[in-house]
Amino acid sequence: MTSAPTLTAPQPAAPSAERSAMADLSQETLALTKRLFLQLARRPSTLVAGVLQPLIWLVLFGALFAKAPEGLLPGGMSYGRFLGAGVIVFTAFSAALNAGLPVMFDREFGFLNRLLVAPLRSRSSIVIASVLYITSLSLVQSIAIMGTAALLGYGWPGAYGLVLVLVTLLLLVFAVTGLSLGLAFALPGHIELIAVIFVVNLPLLFASTALAPISFMPTWLGWLAALNPLTFAIEPIRAAYAGHLSLTEVVLEAPYGDLTGAQCLLVLALLAVGLFLLIRPLLDRKLS
Amino acid sequence: MPEPVIELQDLHKRFGPVEALAGLNLQVPRGTLYGLLGPNGAGKTTALRILCTLLAPDAGSVRVAGLDALAQPRAVRELLGYVAQEVAIDKILTGRELLELQGALYHLPASRLQARLSELSALLGMDDWIDRRCGTYSGGMRRRLDLASGLLHDPALLVLDEPTVGLDIESRAAIWQVLRRLRDQGTTVLLSSHYLEEVDALADRLAIIEGGRVIAEGSPTGLKSALGGDRVTLRVREFSDEAEAARVRQVLQSCPGIQQMVVNRAQGHSLNLVVENEAVIEPLRRQLAAADLPVFSLSQSRPSLDDVYLQATGRTLMDAELAVAGSRDPKAERKQAMR
Repeated sequence: MTSAPTLTAPQPAAPSAERSAMADLSQETLALTKRLFLQLARRPSTLVAGVLQPLIWLVLFGALFAKAPEGLLPGGMSYGRFLGAGVIVFTAFSAALNAGLPVMFDREFGFLNRLLVAPLRSRSSIVIASVLYITSLSLVQSIAIMGTAALLGYGWPGAYGLVLVLVTLLLLVFAVTGLSLGLAFALPGHIELIAVIFVVNLPLLFASTALAPISFMPTWLGWLAALNPLTFAIEPIRAAYAGHLSLTEVVLEAPYGDLTGAQCLLVLALLAVGLFLLIRPLLDRKLS
Repeated sequence: MPEPVIELQDLHKRFGPVEALAGLNLQVPRGTLYGLLGPNGAGKTTALRILCTLLAPDAGSVRVAGLDALAQPRAVRELLGYVAQEVAIDKILTGRELLELQGALYHLPASRLQARLSELSALLGMDDWIDRRCGTYSGGMRRRLDLASGLLHDPALLVLDEPTVGLDIESRAAIWQVLRRLRDQGTTVLLSSHYLEEVDALADRLAIIEGGRVIAEGSPTGLKSALGGDRVTLRVREFSDEAEAARVRQVLQSCPGIQQMVVNRAQGHSLNLVVENEAVIEPLRRQLAAADLPVFSLSQSRPSLDDVYLQATGRTLMDAELAVAGSRDPKAERKQAMR
């Protein structure tokens, strides 16, 4: 250590009553979000892996069914175009499902305690930072996949369609992030969390309309797909890609009835709100 | 009498079958360097966690600078800096980035944050490595980073849980120096330790904690002189046994000037004696010689903090540590600390 250390006389920061709650909240939330992005910048494997896997699916699956007979799929679209919407949603979904991992590691290695000793204006800034980060990450990854799909000739939704797609993805990401964060606080360790993510990820994809329309499925699978949140995101996006930009058109023909684009989005919004309300008592308990 | 800056009253905390705090009472005067002395598992960490609002007690009250910590945790968090026992760092961030995050969490304006950062970096000798990733730091460097992190917002109260565990002598001395300076400048420093030397060297006042309660309290000199008498440690053999120790006891029974005699089983069945003064030593030697007992070593000292501990709790600190060593489960404790 240096030979002549100096310390200025203690000057504590201005008491919280003099600072605005909003300023405090944004300062702490931005700092926590910045940390997550710094981690990503130094460990870009998360970003790369999140794009690489869906990319492989898109290219390989699309190629697999390239010579499928015309008219096989409803609307007469090519399989690649059909698949595109599924892979885009899969990308966003996978990213959001992993939202809880950084939080779980912070719990396990004591970093969360460091955050809890600090005079945060609201401990929900920890949750908000996670949501901001994961939302940005999944949207960036999804856009990368959309770009690839365009390059492969699987279509592009156009300006208004793009907005529709992003809004749909946003709602799905919120819902799944809420679920993942809830798991991160409910489960005892990262091994358990990774196990749950692993078990949930692929089956949920297969039991949706990502890879095949409901008309191809046996009744039981059709019901599962029609209740799967992923399906409620995939169908509006598929419609947007097909140029059907009106939200009042039917996009999902489910065994229980037909749903318009607007209704699908509503389901997603309700799911997001519902999940966050559900995990709120858990978060309150763990974060206070 | 000015209000103490920390007041813990009748704290109780239970973790399943384990009662970590069984009615802990503590008052820390403003501007002192206060030590909590006790073996691992005595309840020091639990008490400090409750103080820093990380944990809620089952019963009891916590007041910090007149504020009720249970009712106004955020106000209390602004006042204190906490340096935990296990440094929780983010391996991929640099020290500087970690401190900047810390500063933002404490709502320091950017200019002040940078000023404090440079100041603390210089003070703690961090300039050379503050821009390297935390994952590359040695134990001593992590501790210094943690200390800087706790001091960043100029807290009026700094709480440290076992700050020098596992550090080399140089790092330890350096941290001691910083803590003394902080106290000199008016910061109240509360530290827990299971090192007698540390508490003796640093603390203005100390409390001995065992079994979740404060057993003794006072200044080091005060506690030691209150004991009175000299301490003599007698070994007839390097490692003796129960029978021989009993025999030595009997022989010395009649020796005048011996106030207390305790057989120290954990340390080779040596005898810890409290004697009136030095003059007792000669007759003691003669008595042993007359009974044909050899003397392997005979050491004498003024009462030490270890003796204070022994008097208060019935065993030396080392014995207390050994006793708990087998029964503690570090993995379970880690789980406990996990939120």
